[in-house]
Amino acid sequence: MEAFIALLAIPLFGGPFLWLWGDRPSAPEVNAGFSLATFAASAWLTAEVISGGPITAFGEQFFIDALNVFLVALTAFVGFTTSLFSRPYMRIERDKGKMTGPRLRLYHSMYQAFMATMLLALTTNNLGILWVAMEAATLATVLLVSVYRTAASLEAAWKYFILCGVGIAQALFGTILLYFAAERVLGAEGNALLWTHLNLVKADLEPAIMSLAFVFLLVGYGTKIGLVPLHNWLPDAHAEGPTPISAVLSGLLLNVALYSVIRCKVLADGALESRFAGNMMMGFGLLSVVVAAFFLSRQRDVKRMFAYSSIEHMGLVTFAFGMAGPIANFAGLLHMTVHSLVKSAIFFAVGHAAQKAGTQVMEDIRGLVKVSPTVGWGLMIGTLAILGMPPFGVFASEFLILTTAMREHPWATPFLLLALGVAFAAVFSRVQPMVFGDTHMKPLAHQPALVPVFVHLGLGLLLGLYIPPYLAAWYQEAARLLG
Amino acid sequence: MTPFTSQVINLFASVLLLIAFAMLAQRRIVTLINLFAVQGLALVGSTVTVAWATGQHHLYWSAGITFVLKVVALPLILHRLIRRLNVKWDIETLINIPTMMLVGIVLVVFAFNLALPISEFSQSIARGTLGIALACVLMSFLMMITRSKAVPQVIGFLAMENGLFFAATSATYGMPMVVELGIALDVLVGMIILGVFMFQIREQFDSLDIHHLEKLKED
Repeated sequence: MEAFIALLAIPLFGGPFLWLWGDRPSAPEVNAGFSLATFAASAWLTAEVISGGPITAFGEQFFIDALNVFLVALTAFVGFTTSLFSRPYMRIERDKGKMTGPRLRLYHSMYQAFMATMLLALTTNNLGILWVAMEAATLATVLLVSVYRTAASLEAAWKYFILCGVGIAQALFGTILLYFAAERVLGAEGNALLWTHLNLVKADLEPAIMSLAFVFLLVGYGTKIGLVPLHNWLPDAHAEGPTPISAVLSGLLLNVALYSVIRCKVLADGALESRFAGNMMMGFGLLSVVVAAFFLSRQRDVKRMFAYSSIEHMGLVTFAFGMAGPIANFAGLLHMTVHSLVKSAIFFAVGHAAQKAGTQVMEDIRGLVKVSPTVGWGLMIGTLAILGMPPFGVFASEFLILTTAMREHPWATPFLLLALGVAFAAVFSRVQPMVFGDTHMKPLAHQPALVPVFVHLGLGLLLGLYIPPYLAAWYQEAARLLG
Repeated sequence: MTPFTSQVINLFASVLLLIAFAMLAQRRIVTLINLFAVQGLALVGSTVTVAWATGQHHLYWSAGITFVLKVVALPLILHRLIRRLNVKWDIETLINIPTMMLVGIVLVVFAFNLALPISEFSQSIARGTLGIALACVLMSFLMMITRSKAVPQVIGFLAMENGLFFAATSATYGMPMVVELGIALDVLVGMIILGVFMFQIREQFDSLDIHHLEKLKED
């Protein structure tokens, strides 16, 4: 209970505090300090949930079980490492004149606010508050995407705001329909939107209403996951915003949006007793994987390319949850974890690479290994990991997803294999000359923070070789919850 | 609920729909803001009627929040914004009104059909309201797609939220209070951020025309 309060209170307090703290030289360290404290609280909470089972707080308004506690821990961890990475990154941006004092103040304060909204979305038991938190997460990041105030970043942020705003409005309509269905069973009490209550009576919810509600919820939150054809905002926002924000958007926000969908899917499955929700998710997921893979080969901007790679991986996870069943759900959860770790590591490396080269255009970034071996190798290993090379965790989860697809939905396998192959060819052929090859770049003014890159990649490797028993049990428990 | 109150709610619903059509056809930004305020007022009227008819007291509160937010605060912010951005008398030229009206009618038919299986479960409140709410949402969506200036797009966004709120009061007697407060807060913060944002856009492009924001395309 105390752990949970600390988890939400630290970033919630951190936002205004960093705003008041202003543009002092120590602000990046204070930001990292708040993130570390949040991570410590999440570890404490995780220990409590592992030892004592699911907990509820504040009159059941909050609910933490095996499914969301692992996402809470992941979110707090990546939030902390990203804050470490952003210290030297933002100092270099400031030296270059791209960031100014007031912008950094906004950046640090909104960073904490963004963490708070994501943790709120993950821990709330109230599906209405879940919507409010998802919308607030958009609001917190929109000014971060446009923080450089260039024409391209303003356009990206406007697109992000309008498309995600419209998308999430559909999710609100879905939530209203869900409440409409719930009210008929639970009565017009305040708890008719509480997931735990809905989960108990899900078989009694009216199927006609629930199917329409799920369509709206999937389209709405799907916009935030970046599912094709609702993905238009995602590459722009990732490419034009500062790199730490690309890392948390890709590694964390997409996960949180997907989490919202799977919570709703559990309810829809219970009410419908058909595979309607799963089939919709499989369709959207497969479309995203295939379309994103083909778009990958057409990119020139490195951050855009990895943004499309995120769409591809989110599509794969959506497909896995759509297939359902213990193995597919397990693979989906594992893939969410490793994707989030590896993709944020890649963005860290890419951020420093782009700073060195002074551009994000891939053709102009060459020979990273010569100037800075750690950035070069970080990018290379990260790329191999995200493309699903063994022995990294992505390989394990993709292997599980593919074998399940072969057994249960053989028609989908050729599409998945084709997409993964195309993605491999597209990404590897571009990253290879960026890492090796000749160069005349100069070293950076500040020592880049590469510890997070290798910590993330190490964890990604570990999850591919050996999943600790308690973690495996935890994933299995979460997979069982999803049905 | 008496037939009379259900007629009153239907009346407010049709006012909402009528204003959604009027917004679709309106070229002047200033008039759009006034239409938005009137739509908010119709929303308050319907919420109060539902509250009175069903005895749901928390709906009076949500009617109050709606009044403060959508009839007073947001129109005031918008009026201030267009005055300071100097776009008060801007006229949008590139919209084809007859086609928009026809597409709007198609959307209404579509929304009613989509809502039909669900309205049957509606206990007492007038059947058509959920369809009207969905139609308002879709028409605001259409407005956002077809407008090329930033302020009308934002008004479309807010009008969409009005439609959603109407769906919540007419279909379910309002969402739980904590959720409604959260939504109101999000809308307000969103509006403030949009305001900041529009100044940034104008600083960069010397105009609020969204056509400037079409550079990022797939090659």
